[in-house]
Amino acid sequence: MNSHSSPAIELRGASKVFRTPSGASHTAVRDLDLVVERGEFVAVVGPTGCGKSTTLTLISGLEEPTTGDVLVAGRPVTGIGDTTGFVFQQDAVFPWRTVLSNVMAGPRFRGVPKKEAKRRARDWLARVGLASFEDRYPHQLSGGQRKRVALAATFVNDPELLLMDEPFSALDVQTRALMSDELLELWSGTGASVVFVTHDLEESIALADKVVVMTAGPATVKEVFAIDLPRPRRVESVRLEPRFVEIYREIWSSLGEEVRITRERGAAHAA
Amino acid sequence: MPPESSTLRKAATASDRSRERARTARNRRLLVHGTRVLLLLGLLAAWEGLARAAVIDPFNFSMPSKIWDQISQWALHGTPQGPLWEQIWYTLYEALLGWVIGVIGGVVLGIALGRIRFLADVLGPYIKVLNALPRIVLAPIFLIWFGLGPASKVASAVVLVFFPVFFNAFQGAREVDRNLVANSRILGASNRQVTLQVVIPSATSWIFTSLHVSFGFALIGAIVGEYIGATKGLGLLVSASQGTFNAAGVYAAMVILAVVALLAEGLLAFLEKRLFRWKPADTSTGR
Repeated sequence: MNSHSSPAIELRGASKVFRTPSGASHTAVRDLDLVVERGEFVAVVGPTGCGKSTTLTLISGLEEPTTGDVLVAGRPVTGIGDTTGFVFQQDAVFPWRTVLSNVMAGPRFRGVPKKEAKRRARDWLARVGLASFEDRYPHQLSGGQRKRVALAATFVNDPELLLMDEPFSALDVQTRALMSDELLELWSGTGASVVFVTHDLEESIALADKVVVMTAGPATVKEVFAIDLPRPRRVESVRLEPRFVEIYREIWSSLGEEVRITRERGAAHAA
Repeated sequence: MPPESSTLRKAATASDRSRERARTARNRRLLVHGTRVLLLLGLLAAWEGLARAAVIDPFNFSMPSKIWDQISQWALHGTPQGPLWEQIWYTLYEALLGWVIGVIGGVVLGIALGRIRFLADVLGPYIKVLNALPRIVLAPIFLIWFGLGPASKVASAVVLVFFPVFFNAFQGAREVDRNLVANSRILGASNRQVTLQVVIPSATSWIFTSLHVSFGFALIGAIVGEYIGATKGLGLLVSASQGTFNAAGVYAAMVILAVVALLAEGLLAFLEKRLFRWKPADTSTGR
């Protein structure tokens, strides 16, 4: 078995071409090469709409690459793996289920007995600070609380691979910083490998071990930066450190150019 | 008054104000209900008066007092076809049975076609053709096939109920939030679990919308079926009254039908409220 020595995720020259309804083809990502080591927290940043989310759907098995290979734990991805967790940008909680039942959903789908599922769900609800909300329905919660439910529902499955698609982008700034800290805390015990897609460079530096900068769409990897800030980090304070600012400047010189290209293209479309 | 009465007075004025508001709201409700009742009474009185003064022909148009007499006569002494409750029960039974069969068929097929693309592609055109047909013309055929008994009425109720329910269930299954489906698959749901635990719950609000309309359709199916040919039922009462130029009888059957339909509608609304506890209370701001 080479699965113990192989990296958690490996993309080799992966491309994804979508057919648009009008019949034209749209290349979302091309020639993607990316390695995520086990237990590593990788943030992917790029201009809006460049194809960052497509990268995640390829790794998750929700979509297959048009060309190239996607390997998880050394094996090519065929369908959705049991060890993958995915936190979506929009709320993906079940509105007709209570908070507790939402968090139980994953284990129940996987055939865990009801009692055991309930115990594990309660445990994770306590860890995200929603223990007293288990009988509420999602519409009775705030946006931040719903996100916590989504995190608990993902972590309760003990994922080895955590994929996050701009999970906090819909939250207000304060809640966002709070959730980022909570995420780091929840993650620190699990040893899971994380791919965190965002368009917020500050967020990505504060969270990740490695920041991957994507080009303007069709996206491919432009540059990879290692983040050498010590852990454990507090998002609000790490931002103020001189090293953080240095890294920020360095990465922005690379990312800023792609953002400019995207914007000029948008202007050309509008004209 | 104690010395700290200023705070008390403030509290008192605040509760005065909220009481005032409550009174205004109550008055408005009273005004709406009162006007409603007055409108009905006015209409009935005008009808009665005009008919008695022979401005409108009382033989053709009848009048509220005669209609009331007819209802109480049917209720107390029975109709020419038998006791009144039996006629109501027959119609209700046919409508309910047709409704249940139509709803089950519509939901099952709608969800199945919504989930299984192959089925939708194969059966789609046929369903469109059947839907384009004015289905009430099938009632005479059913009468030939199933005879004068309840079966022919149930059949016409079924064909009327099936299509709106089917289309709503189909649409509901098609328009399930893609994120929700993707999320449940990531969480480990099998195809069957996605259908039962994600697609069906999210399609229920679509299906329920059609349930309201379709119960009315089931009643139409049963009544038209009875009207064309039956041994019992409210539709038969209508056609028998028409046959004897008894306008009051036709109206009386209409009144009974309206009451039955309203009761059924109320029951459905009650069930819906129980089932949709997870929805935000204010639907106008919700999804």
